[in-house]
Amino acid sequence: MTAEREAIIRVENFTAAYNGQVVLEDVNFEVFTGEIFFILGSSGSGKSTLLKHMIGLYQPAVGRIFIEGHDIAAAQGDERLQLLRTFGVMYQSGALFGSMTLLENVSLPLEEFTDLPPDAIRLIALMKLKQVGLESYGDLMPSELSGGMQKRGAIARAMALDPRVLFLDELSAGLDPVTSAELDELVLRLSRSLKITFVVVTHELPSIFAIADRIIMLDKQVKGIAAMGKPEELRDHSDNPRVRQFFSRKPAPDI
Amino acid sequence: MKENLSASSVRLRAGAVHDGVVAITIEGRLDSNTTGKIWRQATETLATAKARSVIVDASEIDYCDGSGIALFVHLRNLQHKAGGQLEIQGLRPEFQGLLQESDLGDLEQLESQQRPKTNLAEEVGRAVVGFWEDTRSLIGFVGELVSALGRAASHPRSVRWRDVVRVAESAGVNALPIIVLVSFLMGVIMAFQGAISLRRFGADIFVANLVGLAMLRELGPLMTAIILAGRSGSAFAAELGTMKVREEIDALKTMGLDPVRFLVVTRVIAAVVMTPLLTVFADLLGLIGGAVVMRSFGIPLVTFYNQVQYQVTYGSFVGGLVKSFVFGILVAAIGCLRGLQTTTGASAVGESTTRAVVSGIILIVITDGIFSVVYYYLNV
Repeated sequence: MTAEREAIIRVENFTAAYNGQVVLEDVNFEVFTGEIFFILGSSGSGKSTLLKHMIGLYQPAVGRIFIEGHDIAAAQGDERLQLLRTFGVMYQSGALFGSMTLLENVSLPLEEFTDLPPDAIRLIALMKLKQVGLESYGDLMPSELSGGMQKRGAIARAMALDPRVLFLDELSAGLDPVTSAELDELVLRLSRSLKITFVVVTHELPSIFAIADRIIMLDKQVKGIAAMGKPEELRDHSDNPRVRQFFSRKPAPDI
Repeated sequence: MKENLSASSVRLRAGAVHDGVVAITIEGRLDSNTTGKIWRQATETLATAKARSVIVDASEIDYCDGSGIALFVHLRNLQHKAGGQLEIQGLRPEFQGLLQESDLGDLEQLESQQRPKTNLAEEVGRAVVGFWEDTRSLIGFVGELVSALGRAASHPRSVRWRDVVRVAESAGVNALPIIVLVSFLMGVIMAFQGAISLRRFGADIFVANLVGLAMLRELGPLMTAIILAGRSGSAFAAELGTMKVREEIDALKTMGLDPVRFLVVTRVIAAVVMTPLLTVFADLLGLIGGAVVMRSFGIPLVTFYNQVQYQVTYGSFVGGLVKSFVFGILVAAIGCLRGLQTTTGASAVGESTTRAVVSGIILIVITDGIFSVVYYYLNV
């Protein structure tokens, strides 16, 4: 892990606001190629807001967000389509389409965006399902899958077009410790073998210490980044008591 | 060696077959954009070569993602199925790892693990069982509804009247404009068509009989009920269906509140009160439509009025209202039932809504037929 690496995502002077109410102010950071990057923070600190701006669903109030050097908010037409294909997103509740089987869900982007023949699409979709351990469940409907399987299925769908970046929103929220440990394992494996860059939003401490290369912690009061770095260093050496408190999971100290 | 330029960034060259061995060279970039272009070519090459052993030279591939790996897996499966061998040479280590990562093992075994295809006998069996279960749940629901309505009648204070008023407003009052429009036009059209024919015999005054009897006995209640099914039966199904999907129905149950009493009874009461009222409006507007046309044919309003009053008995009017009362119960109940039967997922709500409207209209038509027979024997 060298410090000087190519930045795949760059967030510059980014300010987010809803109806004039500023949620995040002047945020700057970079995500390097191939790393597992965590965005954390307590509820209401703007994690999901930041993520939704990074994937181009919302326009930043001020500032710019670059993915592979392209401004996601300014991209239009074909450039935007190309840019959208460089990343995949797993939404909080999976967002698998309920009217399609799991295999059809994974095949959908391949059918829409490539000229691969049907047997190729089927094979690729099965391979993606194999990577998340769901290869025997392709013909089931999403409603017949458990919560953890739905999330894994959503990761498979996000990977269908072999994106370079995967955004995972609330990776292990609402899952049991065993399932979330399995998902952590999956992310680590995909990151090491496929060299995918991961941007994960979560507040699950075990996940953070298990797989995060680098994290940023958002804070409601500063409306921005309270801390950035490796999780162990922040836990042990941060000069911000609120950050140490978050990592050690202790109630507010009496000062 | 023959050379094929397949795509701008990827190409496949196939050598001639020597001693049952064929060499294929793939070079360039294999990703989801380019792989499709050589997929068919590669498949055909293997099929025509029929070689015992295939050697794929992959050393010139500079990029290979999941689709490229799928191509290798596909070719290997083809060779294995034909009883041959396939060797991949020179694939870069990083892609090699990807290939092992996505090894599906025995694909045929995997296919057989997927849900087996159903045959006709099984489908027929499923359909029959489905119909039987649907009928059972319908009977059960009717029982539940009757007992809940009985309870509501004996304990009127247990009914949530505020909900009844809210539903009555949306399903009844807000439906008035469309009922007014449709029934007025029905009156106009019927009178117009009738007058054109009857005028030849100088019998245009009998148009009043036609419009009066048809609107009050049949069309008023029928039109109102069909509009109710399309407008409110569907709305009930969609609302209850969404509540089912969002586990709100389960929440009611665990709070000890019976969904039928809590949700269905209010809607049925509202529909039962509003449908006959709307039917009165439909009847009236139909007659007004007839009267307007008659005036333009030179028959004064008074004459029309007297003719209708003389010909159309109170029996017909009350008979129509009784029908619309029953239609109201049926449409509201079937809408709620379809809503409660919703399975999971976004498409399930749409399906329930469709089923609510279709079942509602079928029930209306069948019941109307039964009423016609009963009224005939009762001489109404």
